[in-house]
Amino acid sequence: MDIKETVLGILNDLTGNDVSGAMDDNLFDSGLMDSMGSVQLLLQLQGDLGINVPVSEFERSEWDTPNKIIAKVESLA
Amino acid sequence: MLSFEPYGNPTYFALLGVALLPLMIGLLYGKRSRLYETLISIFFLVLTFGGPKWTQGVALIIYILYEVALTWGYAVYRKHQNSGPIFYLMVILAIIPLTIVKVTPAVENGQASLIGFLGVSYLTFRAVQTMMETRDGTLKDYQVMTFLQFMLFFPTISSGPIDRYRRFEADYRSVPDREKYLGMIQKGIRYIFVGFLYKFILAYYFGTMLMPKLQVMAMHSRGGFMDLSWPVLGYMYAYSADLFFDFAGYSLFAVGTSYIMGIATPMNFNQPWRSPNIKDFWNRWHITLSFWFRDFIYMRLVFWFMKHKVFKKPTTTANVTYIINMLVMGFWHGVTWYYITYGLFHGCALVINDTWLRYKKKHRASVPHNGFTQVFAIFLTANMVCFSFLIFSGMLDKLWFH
Repeated sequence: MDIKETVLGILNDLTGNDVSGAMDDNLFDSGLMDSMGSVQLLLQLQGDLGINVPVSEFERSEWDTPNKIIAKVESLA
Repeated sequence: MLSFEPYGNPTYFALLGVALLPLMIGLLYGKRSRLYETLISIFFLVLTFGGPKWTQGVALIIYILYEVALTWGYAVYRKHQNSGPIFYLMVILAIIPLTIVKVTPAVENGQASLIGFLGVSYLTFRAVQTMMETRDGTLKDYQVMTFLQFMLFFPTISSGPIDRYRRFEADYRSVPDREKYLGMIQKGIRYIFVGFLYKFILAYYFGTMLMPKLQVMAMHSRGGFMDLSWPVLGYMYAYSADLFFDFAGYSLFAVGTSYIMGIATPMNFNQPWRSPNIKDFWNRWHITLSFWFRDFIYMRLVFWFMKHKVFKKPTTTANVTYIINMLVMGFWHGVTWYYITYGLFHGCALVINDTWLRYKKKHRASVPHNGFTQVFAIFLTANMVCFSFLIFSGMLDKLWFH
């Protein structure tokens, strides 16, 4: 499975929404994500893709839309 | 000898203007003089911590040497090794001075600790944060001189905003181009003038004119249900307005001065009174503090709890961590029943708020959302916040126990 699909799967699980139709929408502004969701995302990335992202690497403005998250994960993979 | 509260009176601002002028000319011509910046930093630090307050100055110097030794030592250690216990030990050592300063008044009948000085908590936040990012490996290039500049950056030393080492370093190591810098000067000056309005007019009116009168009236109207009365309600709003205008005003001075020095210190307030819920309120009120708590306490604790599967449900994890997070914030304000109650109140408010947001998400179709509910949400949030500030003010302590 490629990174984009995996990340979208995680995001759909976490937000309880299908985010693939709104790839540039800010997940924090819409209330779909919060700090709790961010941590869950980091843990899932660790579990599913083996990507370690320390909490202090998580700069919210770089992780606030599905597209940005995918780009970020691809750069770390 | 001269001695000032930072941004306390016109003379301070006049000196600030004179001292910043050469620096501004330098930045406009693309030059940042480290030496000059250091000299004016020392000058304003002496104004704040010298003269009659020299004991605070000594405490500051010893404290800084102590934190430099810890952060530097840890950065050197972290290059070779990475043990959990050592990291925890270093963090504990770094917060010991602050803990002593906060606990001393509670056990010594209000006596202030000798090792305290104005701004000790804000410096501790910066030092601990530097250490945590070193541990994570996100901060690899720790420099003692940069750390000193970061800690002792005079515009924000006494009450924040709490900047981040890496963000500060990026600004400090570069010179904004002329167009960008002119924009920063413009913003900086506007911030300082809005700050005048907030701090010297509005906070003065609410805090110095109104609050003492309402307090006297409230003390005279005791005897009713829980000693509450209309003046207490008035005091609640006046105190909240004073707290906001005083602190937002100070923050505008600090951010404005930073901008003029070519450093984009983050903003501390973003229209907090229009928050539709408590969660959003903490994204808008004393932002650099609440984000510090979010990033270095809340998220880390949640991460740890979830990694070690301490709680079965994510919602339990979130709720427990909300309470811990806000309780720590309460204790940080001081060890008194009203600060701790204030923390607990906000912890519970966040738990309730989150539960409601989850319910709303699930039943989106049946929960109405319109202009009226929006206004009601803002009204309710603002009043909950003002009530929490009444607890925070210590007024209830005076009403009930004095």
